[in-house]
Amino acid sequence: MPAITHHTPDALLAAYAAGSLPQAYALVVAAHISLCLECRAGYEAHLAGGGAVLDAVAAEAVSEGLKSSVLDLLDAPVAVEPTYRRDGVYPGPVMEALKGKPPSWKSLGLGVRQSILSSDREGSARLLYIPPGQAVPDHSHNGLELTLVLQGSFSDDTGRFAVGDLEVASQDLEHAPTADPGAPCICLAATDAPLRFTSLVPRLLQPLFRI
Amino acid sequence: MMQTSPKISPQTTWMLAVRDGRDRAAFAALFDHFAPRLKGFIMRSGTGSGQAEEIVQDVMLTVWRKAELFDPARAQVSAWIYQIARNRQIDVIRKENRPLPEELGEAPGTEPDASQILGIEQEAGRLKQALARLTPDQREIIERAYMGDLSHQEISTLTGLPLGTIKSRIRLGLERLRHELKELR
Repeated sequence: MPAITHHTPDALLAAYAAGSLPQAYALVVAAHISLCLECRAGYEAHLAGGGAVLDAVAAEAVSEGLKSSVLDLLDAPVAVEPTYRRDGVYPGPVMEALKGKPPSWKSLGLGVRQSILSSDREGSARLLYIPPGQAVPDHSHNGLELTLVLQGSFSDDTGRFAVGDLEVASQDLEHAPTADPGAPCICLAATDAPLRFTSLVPRLLQPLFRI
Repeated sequence: MMQTSPKISPQTTWMLAVRDGRDRAAFAALFDHFAPRLKGFIMRSGTGSGQAEEIVQDVMLTVWRKAELFDPARAQVSAWIYQIARNRQIDVIRKENRPLPEELGEAPGTEPDASQILGIEQEAGRLKQALARLTPDQREIIERAYMGDLSHQEISTLTGLPLGTIKSRIRLGLERLRHELKELR
C-alpha cells in the first residue's frame, strides 16, 4: 500500500480514544486506524494517557462479594461474538457496520452510488462509489465531514486523497472533490447531519445532492 | 546508560501470567489493584456504585477472556484496561457496540522483548509524573477528557499531556509486530 499522507488529526484521535466521538465519526476513525500504523500509534498513546488517569484516580472500595463473584465467573461459558475481518477494500470496522454482508448500493445518478451504514441524530455514515472523473456528490453538513478513501483516489483544491487517506473537511471548506481517472473511488464518509431522505421521498434525493 | 536496573512492574508480570499461564492468583492480584481504581474512575462520571460495580465486573472478566490481546510491547496494563473500561461504559450507555479498530493479532512464538516492555513502562511512568505536575485545573480537564466527559469540540482545544515519546515507543512495538506478522504469512 502506498504511504498514507493525510492522517487523523491528534484531537480526533484523543476524542476517539476517550470515547467522545459520535458513532459515525468513530467508525471512520476506527477504519483509518485499521489502515494506518502512524495513527494507531497516536491512538494507543492516548490510551496510555487514559491509563495514567486511571492510575491516578481516587480508588473506591468494592463490595466484599465482587471479587469472589468475578473469580467464580472466570470459567463460565461465553457467547462467542462475531469478529469481522477486512474483506477486500473494506476494513474490519466497516465490515462490522455492514454486518459482514456486501454493501447494498443505491444509485444517486450519474453512476454515483451510496450505501448508508448508519444514520441517527448525531450523524450518518455511508459508503460512496464514484466513477472515475465524476464529482463527489455535494451534501450539506453542519460541522466536520470525514472522508476515508478505501479504493481509487479523489482530488480537490486541498490535495489528492488516495487509499487510506482521511480528509477532514470543516463546514467552511468549499471543495469540489472529483474521483481521479483509473479505478472507481470508494469512500467511507461521515457527517454530523442526519440523512433525511427515506424510501418514501426518493424524488427529494437528487435535488438534495445537487448532482 | 541507566544507573539503576529497572524491573518489569508487578502489574505487567501479573498480566503476562494471566495471558500465558491462565494464572488465577495473578488475576486476583490484578483485581485487587485495578477493581477499586476502575470503580473510582467510573463513578467520577456520575455512575452509581451498583452500576459501577457491574461495569467493573464486566471489565475484569474481559481482562481474563481477552488476555491474549495484551501486548506489553505497546501498552502498559493500565492503558489496556482503560480501553476495555471505556468500551464497556460506552456500550452500556449507547446499547450498541462502539466501532473498534481491527486487532493486529499476536505474533505467536516470539519472546517478549524486555527492553521494549521496559521502555513502554518508563514512558508510562513519565506520563504519570507529567499528569501529577499539572495544576489542579489542568489535571481536572485532562481527567474529564479521558473520562469521556468532554465533547470532541472541547477536546480539540485541549493542551494535553506530552505524548510524543510514548507514541514513538508504541510505534516501534507496532512496527516490530507488523514485521513478525508479515513473516508468518
